[in-house]
Amino acid sequence: MAHNGSGNDGEKGAAARRMPGEAPAAGGLGLWVDRHISWFFVLPAVFFLAAVLAFPIVYTAGLSLFRWSGAAATPPVWVGLGNFADVFAGDPGFRNSLFVTAYFTGVSLLVEVALGVGLAQLLNREFVGKGIARTLLILPVAGTPVALALVWRHMYNPSNGIFTWFAEILRLPPQRWLADSISVIPSLILFDVWQWTPLIMLITLAGLVSLPADIYEAAQIDGASPWQSFWRITLPLVRPTIVAAAMLRFMDSVKTFDQIYVTTQGGPGIASQTLNLYVFDQAFQYLHFGYASALLIVLFFVILAGNVMLASIRRGRE
Amino acid sequence: MMGSWMDQGRRRFGRRAFFYAALALVLIVFIFPFFWMAFNSFKTHEKILEYPPAFVFAPTLDNFKNVLWQTPVLKFTWNSVVIAFGSLAVGMALGLPAAYGIARYGHRTLALGILVCRMIPGISFLVPWFIVFRALGLLDTYTGLVIAHLVITVPLITWIMIGFFEEVPVELEEAARIDGCSRAGVFLRIALPLVRPGLVSAAILALIFTWNSFLFPLILAGVKTKTLPVVVYSFMTFDYLDLGGVYAASTLVTLPVVILVLLVQRQFIRGLTLGGVKG
Repeated sequence: MAHNGSGNDGEKGAAARRMPGEAPAAGGLGLWVDRHISWFFVLPAVFFLAAVLAFPIVYTAGLSLFRWSGAAATPPVWVGLGNFADVFAGDPGFRNSLFVTAYFTGVSLLVEVALGVGLAQLLNREFVGKGIARTLLILPVAGTPVALALVWRHMYNPSNGIFTWFAEILRLPPQRWLADSISVIPSLILFDVWQWTPLIMLITLAGLVSLPADIYEAAQIDGASPWQSFWRITLPLVRPTIVAAAMLRFMDSVKTFDQIYVTTQGGPGIASQTLNLYVFDQAFQYLHFGYASALLIVLFFVILAGNVMLASIRRGRE
Repeated sequence: MMGSWMDQGRRRFGRRAFFYAALALVLIVFIFPFFWMAFNSFKTHEKILEYPPAFVFAPTLDNFKNVLWQTPVLKFTWNSVVIAFGSLAVGMALGLPAAYGIARYGHRTLALGILVCRMIPGISFLVPWFIVFRALGLLDTYTGLVIAHLVITVPLITWIMIGFFEEVPVELEEAARIDGCSRAGVFLRIALPLVRPGLVSAAILALIFTWNSFLFPLILAGVKTKTLPVVVYSFMTFDYLDLGGVYAASTLVTLPVVILVLLVQRQFIRGLTLGGVKG
């Protein structure tokens, strides 16, 4: 309600000073609108949120209490909390997808943050072609995920993909990449790291640029090595930026769909089926709309918990 | 004295060389899949299947010719353009006033709602929408797809623009008020022109992310409104035998994005970092 603060001061003064020709169109109504203008600014977005956020949440919560195939002819059957009981009582698909999501998101987030901060440190200096280098590095973030996923899928092909050839050149044991249930997640993580490390780098770089140079000069005079000044000065100072970037990445990482759907469809078997893909399958493959809704509610709380955890890292040491 | 100076010079040169070598390696790693995509799109299907991968071959344009003239790709490109610009326009109409309202009048609850919207996976909107869209006859229509993509554009535009509106000096707006400008007038005539650089950043990001979007059209679009990413994907599933087509179609859908980013790199990068730091 902070918007009321600036609401009335100067209101009458401005109205009184208004030239006759510049009066608002509909006199009283115009003034009333103007006084409550802050609500008119946000009203469209509020309607939007009601339609795309509030309605789906309420609808999903309701639907999660039914069993329904989605067919218009057969009405939903009330099952109460039955769907949730099924989710937690040992649906192996759910447990698997929870594990896959934690594995995929956790490892790629850690690698991306470490590499992204390292790359930002590398690029945080003046050199010829800096602008071009930054632009080229950011292309994986902008490229169409489906197209990139198709390319990666073929690069990972065990019989004729270029990665298979690289592995042969490096004399690594033969890899089956996406086709093997052990190596599929690491392979997907590598793809994700390639695609999203540049974003972490970019955000961290923006944080690094804003650091004052004189602290480093002082540290150097005091005899700090570059390594020490990175750990003792740079890292603590840019930590809020890094955590913000990590939170952003976490939100999107849990949502990852295109890349996995196009490369493996959750396979082989269910080895790379994240929660997101599991819900998708339950809803649009098996038409278990009620069960999928229950899973969505759970997924929402998983994301919320992850964000609260990351936020507490940010707050914890400040 | 002389020796240590030369030593220092040599060390500096060594460090410089090491830096450029590391930079080159990093660039090669991140650009390679793009290069490989474009490179393979000039190979025949048989050449693509060759092992070890062929680096020397007679380039052909047949893949592009096939994709462009033998399939209705141009029609699907039009769908992508309509949906991207449609959801950009509506997203601006909803997001700009909202961002201004949050920046100037502090509607924190709304800001939180927008953030939650940004947080939730697309699939959570998809289940209820699919059911409602089916009932309302909105499946496979431009209207339905534009509405769906607002979930991407509105939070994006709002989030980026809050920061830009906050930087508009309040004094300017107050001066305009004293001169008899209404509050809506201040927004339209003072604030909006001042945040034009931000508008460009937000618009580019919104366009790219809707252009790239796959999950929504996969479920909500049909034969009439299919967008490019869905079509590119279907090349893989139905025409797996034509890898040349897959590579050419992938190149065609990615090319406009790459060109756009290269053209407006500064605005694109600023949009990304702002969204990140704020998020």
